[in-house]
Amino acid sequence: MTRLARIPFAAEALLVLVVIAAFFAFPYNLAFVTRILIMVLFVLSIDLVLGFAGIATLGQAAMYGTGAYAAGLFAVHVTAAPLPGLVVGMVAGAILAVVSGLVLMRTKGLTLIMLTIAVAQICHEIANKARDVTGGADGLRGIRMEPVLGLFEFDFIGRTAYWYVAVVVFVVFLALRRLAAAPLGLSLRGIHESPERMTAIGAPVYRRQVLAYTLGGGIAGIAGALAAQVTQLVSLEVYSFTLSAEALIMLILGGTGRLWGAIVGTVLFMTVHHVAASADPFNWLFLIGFLVLGVVFFLPGGMIRLPAALMRLGRRS
Amino acid sequence: MTTGLQVRGLQKRFGGIVVADDINVDLPSGARVALIGPNGAGKTTFSSLITGKLTPSAGEITLDGRDIRPMGEAERVRAGIAKTFQITTLFRDLTVRDNLRLAAQERDGRARAWFRRADSWADVEDEIAAQLAAFRLAPLGDKRVSDLAYGQQRLVEMAMTLMLKPRVLILDEPAAGVPSSDSHLITDAIERLPDDLAVLIIEHDMKLVFRVARSIIVLVNGRILTQGAPEDIAADQRVRDLYLGAHHG
Repeated sequence: MTRLARIPFAAEALLVLVVIAAFFAFPYNLAFVTRILIMVLFVLSIDLVLGFAGIATLGQAAMYGTGAYAAGLFAVHVTAAPLPGLVVGMVAGAILAVVSGLVLMRTKGLTLIMLTIAVAQICHEIANKARDVTGGADGLRGIRMEPVLGLFEFDFIGRTAYWYVAVVVFVVFLALRRLAAAPLGLSLRGIHESPERMTAIGAPVYRRQVLAYTLGGGIAGIAGALAAQVTQLVSLEVYSFTLSAEALIMLILGGTGRLWGAIVGTVLFMTVHHVAASADPFNWLFLIGFLVLGVVFFLPGGMIRLPAALMRLGRRS
Repeated sequence: MTTGLQVRGLQKRFGGIVVADDINVDLPSGARVALIGPNGAGKTTFSSLITGKLTPSAGEITLDGRDIRPMGEAERVRAGIAKTFQITTLFRDLTVRDNLRLAAQERDGRARAWFRRADSWADVEDEIAAQLAAFRLAPLGDKRVSDLAYGQQRLVEMAMTLMLKPRVLILDEPAAGVPSSDSHLITDAIERLPDDLAVLIIEHDMKLVFRVARSIIVLVNGRILTQGAPEDIAADQRVRDLYLGAHHG
């Protein structure tokens, strides 16, 4: 990755090639690959919040779910055009993040983690009780999306969905890469490393954490909106603790604070899940457990550091 | 209008315990004042009251005639009061250059920019290069802070704080933890600080204090015992008995 980073846009070009290759390599599994892409976006949102700004969260599903319900309801009641729905999902996720973030960012450590979980659980219960609006435990149905840009119909195999999601994920990824190299990205890394020092150089740490949480919420909202539009269903599972926790594991597997780690970790987790769960639906989590242990003990920087670690090992031997 | 930092009748209580009482200090532009006193005298408390980490129970703190008591910590930094920590506090996983860049972007209000590269402001990059050269850190600019020796980290902290272009600089034990072989680096750096900067040095190293300070305040049990020129303080028998002892003979 280090050598790749020296060539301008080489990494981005490689990503585009992988996305194109995946389209041709898995023509009958596009729904699964699309799900991976949506999950990549969701994990990227956690990377911004946790990996960059150092905000510990186990409740990012709150924003994902809110984005999903907002986009779903918008498609059912207002317009089924995908792009406005995406914006609505993003705004809904960001609004929930800013409102909850104003309280959550006053806390830290275990209290913060527990409160993030609580926010997702409250959203879950609201969605469950508001059965008339959300469909409750049966889920929100009746979402029929119009063609993307009025041109590309969502097809049965999922080709349009795949390209639609891929383009959105790529655009958000590029924006995040830009943000990571910009003053705001540097500032968030500073807050992650030492909030005390950031205050001592005059940074409004609390406000900036709320900003990071809101941006992360907006991206999670986009991921949720994509999921709603592509699957044409929103269930209560969008608020589940498992979703937040699994996404966090994906990020830890790949490596935090580097964006690429979110991609590598998600692809690895979901592929292992897909393959191992088909072979043994009851014990597949063991494999994930071993992977996480391996990363924590031998690659604390995540799988993204594997090539560098192997090279070091090679040089030593 | 009075320029610089003025402290009048400053007091801090924690319940019935008074940790700072009736402290009066002037730090005009260009001042080099040392604050000394035995452990527990209230030096760090005083520094925390100035920076806004603690709220005074009574008294006034003004900067250029403006009451800064309602300001939070970060706001006071933006107003011109900066400090270095007793234990070096830096962004250890970032490069030396990034540490200085962070300070500059906060100072200039650019920290929320998200589309332009952080290293694309030529004027700031020139300023960082000049600051690194001034502290003889230029060859270390691209190194991660965690890879530097402690003395070098002390210099980085001072260089970063100066990037804020403060008017008042509080150095909290700048030589603490620095090996004696490197302590001249710190002393030299303090001597090269801008002439118009008001500096308050909280320090136990009397060699350093008597070399750089033009005025010394002796704090005991939260109160000022005496203050004056270094030679007067050195001659004061109470100070010799209470604090200096064998340090300064």
